[in-house]
Amino acid sequence: MTTVATFEIGYRRILDPDGTIDGAPPAFARDRNTLVALYRWMVLCRAFDAKAVALQRTGRLGTFASSLGQEAVGVGVADAMAADDVLLPSFREHGAQLVRGVTMKELLLYWGGDERGSDFAGPRHDFPVCIPVGTQAPHAAGVGLSFRLRGEARAAVCIFGDGATSRGDVYEAMNVAGAWTLPVVFIANNNQWAISVPRRAQTAAETLAQKAVAAGFDGCQVDGNDIIAVREATAAALERARSGGGPTLIEALTYRLGDHTTVDDASRYRDDDEVGRHWKMEPIARLRRHLVDAHGWTKAEEEALIADCAAQVEAAAEAYLATSPPAPASMFDHLYEELPAEVARQRAALLRED
Amino acid sequence: MARPHAKTDAVAATAELTLVEAVQRALARAMAEDETVVLLGEDIGVDGGVFRATDGLIARFGADRVRDTPLSESLIGGLPVGLAAMGFRPVAEIQFMGFIYPVIDQIVNHATRMRTRTRGRLSCPMVLRAPYGGGIHAPEHHSESMEALFAHIPGLRIVIPSSPAKAYGLLLAAIRDPDPVVFLEPKRVYRAAREAVVDDGGALPLDRCFTILKGSDVTLVSWGAMLQETLDASESLAGDGVDAEVIDVATLKPLDMDTILESVHRTGRCVIVHEAPLTGGFGAEIAARLAGEGLMHLVAPVERVAGWDTVMPLPRLEARYMPSVSRIVAAARRVLEYA
Ligand SMILES: Cc1ncc(C[n+]2csc(CCOP(=O)(O)OP(=O)(O)O)c2C)c(N)n1
Ligand SMILES: [Mg+2]
Repeated sequence: MTTVATFEIGYRRILDPDGTIDGAPPAFARDRNTLVALYRWMVLCRAFDAKAVALQRTGRLGTFASSLGQEAVGVGVADAMAADDVLLPSFREHGAQLVRGVTMKELLLYWGGDERGSDFAGPRHDFPVCIPVGTQAPHAAGVGLSFRLRGEARAAVCIFGDGATSRGDVYEAMNVAGAWTLPVVFIANNNQWAISVPRRAQTAAETLAQKAVAAGFDGCQVDGNDIIAVREATAAALERARSGGGPTLIEALTYRLGDHTTVDDASRYRDDDEVGRHWKMEPIARLRRHLVDAHGWTKAEEEALIADCAAQVEAAAEAYLATSPPAPASMFDHLYEELPAEVARQRAALLRED
Repeated sequence: MARPHAKTDAVAATAELTLVEAVQRALARAMAEDETVVLLGEDIGVDGGVFRATDGLIARFGADRVRDTPLSESLIGGLPVGLAAMGFRPVAEIQFMGFIYPVIDQIVNHATRMRTRTRGRLSCPMVLRAPYGGGIHAPEHHSESMEALFAHIPGLRIVIPSSPAKAYGLLLAAIRDPDPVVFLEPKRVYRAAREAVVDDGGALPLDRCFTILKGSDVTLVSWGAMLQETLDASESLAGDGVDAEVIDVATLKPLDMDTILESVHRTGRCVIVHEAPLTGGFGAEIAARLAGEGLMHLVAPVERVAGWDTVMPLPRLEARYMPSVSRIVAAARRVLEYA
């Protein structure tokens, strides 16, 4: 047997769990303002998640999927994106959506059961969250193709979970992105669990990143709790995508510290020790340590930031709770551009019920 | 919506075309008038499609707009959703309807709800074309008629042409429509006959049934390839002095029930003919609507002549599966003789 092809999967971590920086960090990692901005987004995201869970527990929000512990993935990815790139998120990427400009009120509206939450005022071309796991990956290929056809230097960024990588859609999308050299960045947010199924039971593949190899392009792993590595890898992949170099798959290794959703009880399938071990690796404390040690981040700054995030979250929750439900007939109003007579009669029947 | 019906030429070429040629002309016309129209599918490029529906289009419009995809049906369903959200008008081809099922996920979960779930921020003006139906002695999985699976999906349009001119006008309308359309092409009719088609960019309405034959004794309702059997049945009935009206439904969803009700109001009798299996077939929807809205006009029970509720047989038995002229005539007689 002769070797006809060999492949390697790289791994990158820059910010260690103890807050020190290793290796050759990118320039932005030395800039205090940039790091503080990333830190602020992650803290805001965690406060938002906590509030959303609390609202659900008190019957004021629907089922919710928290991103607790995974904040560095969404925030790092979205922070690397340009405004005119397009995000195609799963249902657990509130961090990414917040950075993109989706408001917390909009997110709460969506999770509170109101379509208006996906009519974002901010990133008008970003996709709404995707609940059917992995099915947004083919859309990302389509978005990437639209950029290619128009000759635009833009990229599509698709985030999905470790479980999603077992789905055909994700592979089909990666395969065509490779075949057509499409400007798409695929992010596998590997939080080690797909509800109760652990990563190892999902696939015998050594890494998820290597799934890119079969599709003919590069895949790499990053420490998904290291926002510097996530942002650096995403920025490089975006640069490659925009300049015609085609797609990249980034597997971000992180951990879902919370339940799958508010209707899940993770203690049924994993023990507290495992969760406890991962709390030591989580992304926010890590960056805070670094800010304190390397950039003189003060207690006063920390307290002010936390208070500010809490106030923003409270204001958003209040705005959400004060929003009256949509008019019933609105369920018909965007079904087609122009409602067919057939369905218009049903709309009229609904109106007569009032 | 003035645009779908607008004619774009003063002087246009008229040609005797087959249905598949008419599809090709409509695609070419749509691509020429709108550069956001992009074709996607398996073997649609150099090969021109296994039925030649995209013959010559890659030479005329280039490989960017006439794209051979990998063999990847979930992708062919999902990629247009992304393209359409970014302002393109993708027309995707599934090589045979038997391979369309992975696409249903994308149609139900994304294409038809993008407009609703974003309150109009994003939309999905895509067309999904597929050859369908039996009668050409095709291999297993190539002959089913599964239009009813799509009829249940809110936010969709389902269009089935029965002739070359209909194919041309309806496909243009489907491509210009701002929402997702499933366009099913009866492949038995692809080359069965020629018809004069004016290639002037004129579209046909997507919200109307077409009355093919005026009559006063019984209403025969059908679509797609079965229209031929239905017309043959009406001829046979005419030999016995029965004056049948024949309606081509053409757009199953949204259904133009008014045309069917108006006809049944005059005839009092109705036979619905489709190739798809009986139970849960689209004929059931029409029959239910007749029962609900046309009962006072009916003087006989509504009959449905359909495929059996069996797995579509392989070619040696397929003729015994498909509704035949004699089955339609027999049903019409039962309806006519009902006291
Ligand atoms: C296609 C599909 N199958 C099943 C589900 C139910 N479900 C929701 S989330 C989930 C696990 C997803 O795991 P992963 O992709 O790792 O993402 P995570 O939840 O960890 O963020 C499942 C099975 C779904 N939403 N979609
Ligand atoms: Mg997971």
